[in-house]
Amino acid sequence: MHSSLLSVLTWLPILGGVVVMLVGDSRASIARWLALAIALAALIASVPLYTGFDLTSAALQFPERMAWIPSLHSDYSLGVDGISMPLILLTTFSTVLVVIAGWTVIEKRPAQYFAAFLIMEGLMIGVFSAADALLFYVFWEAMLIPMFIIIGIWGGARRIYATIKFFLYTFLGSVFMLVALVYMYLKTGDYSLAAFYKLPLTLPEQIAIFLAFFAAFAVKVPMVPVHTWLPDAHVEAPTGGSVILAAIMLKMGGYGFLRFSLPITPDASRALDWLVISLSLIAVVYIGLVALVQQDMKKLIAYSSIAHMGFVTLGCFVGYEIVASTGSLAGATLGLSGAMVQMVSHGLVSGALFLCVGVLYDRLHTREIGAYGGVINTMPVFGAFMVLFAMANAGLPGTSGFVGEFLVILASFKASFWYAFVASITLILGAAYTLWLVKRVVFGAVANEGVASLKDLNGREFLVLSLLAVAVLALGVYPKPLTDVMEPTLRNLVQLMSVSKL
Amino acid sequence: MNPISANDFVLAAPEILLLGGTCVVLLLDLFLSDRLRQVSYFLSLLTLAATAALVAGLPEGRHFGFNGMFVVDGAARLLKLVATATVAVVFVYSRDYLIQRGLFKGEYFVLALFATLGIFVMTSASSLLTMYMGIELLALSQYALVAFDRDSPIAAESAMKYFVLGAIASGILLYGISIVYGVTGTFDLGALASRLDAGAASQIGLLFGLAFLIAGIAFKFGAVPFHMWIPDVYHGAPTSVTLFLGAAPKLAYFALAFRVLAEGLGSAVEAWQGMLVVLAVLSMAIGNVVAVAQTNLKRMLAYSTISNVGFILLGLLAGTPSGYRAALFYTITYVVMALGSFAMIVLLSRKGFEADRIEDFRGLAQQNPWFAWMMLLLMVSTAGVPPFVGFFAKLYVIQAVLDVGLTWLAIVAVLFSVIGAFYYLRIVKVMFFDAPAEEGVSVTAGPALRFLLSLNALAVLALGLYNSALIDTIARALP
Repeated sequence: MHSSLLSVLTWLPILGGVVVMLVGDSRASIARWLALAIALAALIASVPLYTGFDLTSAALQFPERMAWIPSLHSDYSLGVDGISMPLILLTTFSTVLVVIAGWTVIEKRPAQYFAAFLIMEGLMIGVFSAADALLFYVFWEAMLIPMFIIIGIWGGARRIYATIKFFLYTFLGSVFMLVALVYMYLKTGDYSLAAFYKLPLTLPEQIAIFLAFFAAFAVKVPMVPVHTWLPDAHVEAPTGGSVILAAIMLKMGGYGFLRFSLPITPDASRALDWLVISLSLIAVVYIGLVALVQQDMKKLIAYSSIAHMGFVTLGCFVGYEIVASTGSLAGATLGLSGAMVQMVSHGLVSGALFLCVGVLYDRLHTREIGAYGGVINTMPVFGAFMVLFAMANAGLPGTSGFVGEFLVILASFKASFWYAFVASITLILGAAYTLWLVKRVVFGAVANEGVASLKDLNGREFLVLSLLAVAVLALGVYPKPLTDVMEPTLRNLVQLMSVSKL
Repeated sequence: MNPISANDFVLAAPEILLLGGTCVVLLLDLFLSDRLRQVSYFLSLLTLAATAALVAGLPEGRHFGFNGMFVVDGAARLLKLVATATVAVVFVYSRDYLIQRGLFKGEYFVLALFATLGIFVMTSASSLLTMYMGIELLALSQYALVAFDRDSPIAAESAMKYFVLGAIASGILLYGISIVYGVTGTFDLGALASRLDAGAASQIGLLFGLAFLIAGIAFKFGAVPFHMWIPDVYHGAPTSVTLFLGAAPKLAYFALAFRVLAEGLGSAVEAWQGMLVVLAVLSMAIGNVVAVAQTNLKRMLAYSTISNVGFILLGLLAGTPSGYRAALFYTITYVVMALGSFAMIVLLSRKGFEADRIEDFRGLAQQNPWFAWMMLLLMVSTAGVPPFVGFFAKLYVIQAVLDVGLTWLAIVAVLFSVIGAFYYLRIVKVMFFDAPAEEGVSVTAGPALRFLLSLNALAVLALGLYNSALIDTIARALP
């Protein structure tokens, strides 16, 4: 009965977004309510994905299949597994929050703003549910257009530079993936991912394909040294744009590694895991240090995102070292589940932090850390939230941030002491830059008249932040519902990535 | 030699009707007062519609007429149908523009119809002589069309440039044809193919002739290094003429390349593949890079044409059936996108104001969101971003190139398409992110233009989401 659920989830927001756009900016309040209704409908529609999910199966669930381009053997085929399902829920959840958060803040062309986010939502769900490589690519690239518009219209002062940089960087990465996909298609005669998984490839071929995928996914994650678009895009994007970028779009890169690189090019992944692992560790340490010296709150969170995403890529690839040194597949699974939990958790935490910055920005129109101080005196409720999310960002036990980092560090320990050692530096650095941020912004004496005049959270902001706070704490205290969902899929993935294709 | 039979005339019926209709418009227009000029317009559309109906009624399969000089096959039928539709759309797009500038004259329609006839002859040519006739008919009509606004010095200059360079190119092409004739002793493309199969493909004389043929084809297409005329002509011609030049003739040039290279000289593929690789890479490089520096939209689109020609050549140079199909798919979809993009300039132009500078599009999203979004569809599609049809066109040619093992070429192609994305995005940036100019942009165009242009832009999206019908049609046309 759920046979068309994924299509509904994909197309409802896209078509809804078009309708919202047609309603127009002149009837902004209708557009707002309509956008909220559509986002809520998508959220509600995504719940059966979780409740109806078969926890014992690694196969694609809720499958759909329709001929799309028969001459290319490319199908409109959708399906979710334990990797994509949580990310879809994260998408529908974040979009509702973004719509609420932008409710009155966006005064310029509001209908187009909400429409862009809804279309974005549908496209992102399409990316996560596509089971056909060409369909995946179509959604993957199409996503760039609404984001380009969002940053370009509603962004900050240097928005045009940032958005064009964002577009071209990610476009450049993706076209290599396209060449790789076409190359494999010419061997299999079929664009389905299942066929790609079975395709035998020689090591040089795998390495070339791996590097092509790497170009696409590493830019999206983003990994050092191709991360420089992210601070620009994050800083200039409107709050909602930053939230979606951090919460979902960065996850696309990690998702791509799990869905494409590891199972399609397992031998190249093994041969080149040193590359990914070392870049991840550099991200964790070096970007952590860079975050420390930022003067702009959004930039600080953006750099902290890069550092946190380093954990995701580390968790994805450290498995090969574990298998090599201990022969234990369970260890590799541990790393992967750490990466997944980290992705979901980072989606919630960084989204929440960007919303917090947005709350301040809406009041004082500056993101400079130096312009704040003692916010807790005038905004106690907000201060409490901010501290909570900052703690989660630093990986405090009891919050979701801890679970992912802990699992990844545990897995790296099995691979090598030194990986774990370097990765653990984040516990110090992360705590340092987040707590210092909190100290400078939230605590202390009231710094200036601006801060003195601040009003605490309104109901709308409170709602958004408390929903996120509940999710962060729930996941931190009891991550089992999430890990249970992923378990069979990840075990299956470890099988795929450890069997040689040569 | 057989005498000409009735069957020959059946095959050429669309051309005959088109010629007849054109002559009627030509004569009738002399006796019309300016108030009744609409009659020429509607009569021209009627001629095109009747021609299209006759094309649709042509017999299935592959038929030769006029002693093998003329062929009707799937490719000819499809190209003729698309060409008539394109020219009809061009007429609708141009009407208001011409009226506002006092250029609404019968000559425009007559010349465009003669050019269409040239396109028809080229698509059906199965002999180098027929092909050359078609090329000249098309070219002469185009020279005159460019100079059509006789009071505009810049148009006269472009026409002069176009004419001189075009004449040289025709000479080069003719020289190539005569050398090929000298080596093989035939003009007939079918006979040429069979004689080459016998082992003449590697003769130095043939290669020499081939180089001239390729240079001629490259000039017509506007491939680098034979591209110099394109920006000046596109820029100098009245926009309604640029609309014509940028769209329909590309179909004929595809036919030229396909008939001569694939059908006639198919067994010399190794000889011409290398030449086309050079032309394709240079076109993509120069077209995309120079387009970035343009401030005039017409010139930018002209360089974009050059880079797109590079992609069409990519499909052709593969030398495989799937490559030819990819090139045809690319050509047809490019025509759709080019029509829409040039029509946006027409849409925003008004009496005394030519909206052909990029900055004229500033703030369009605030003043007229609908057409800003339509332009966005067109631009993003031309940039090759999915889910629009421009992406699939690029996908098919890249697939064709990879299929023959030219991986490096595929990578070069995608890299240049990233560079290309920048200047298309700049148009989006200007429309959506910049504040409107003081006097603003206003859309004064009539409902027919608005409706058809919206349809045109939405077709770019629809063809992207669902393109198997077009692919199947092309697969039937080029088996």
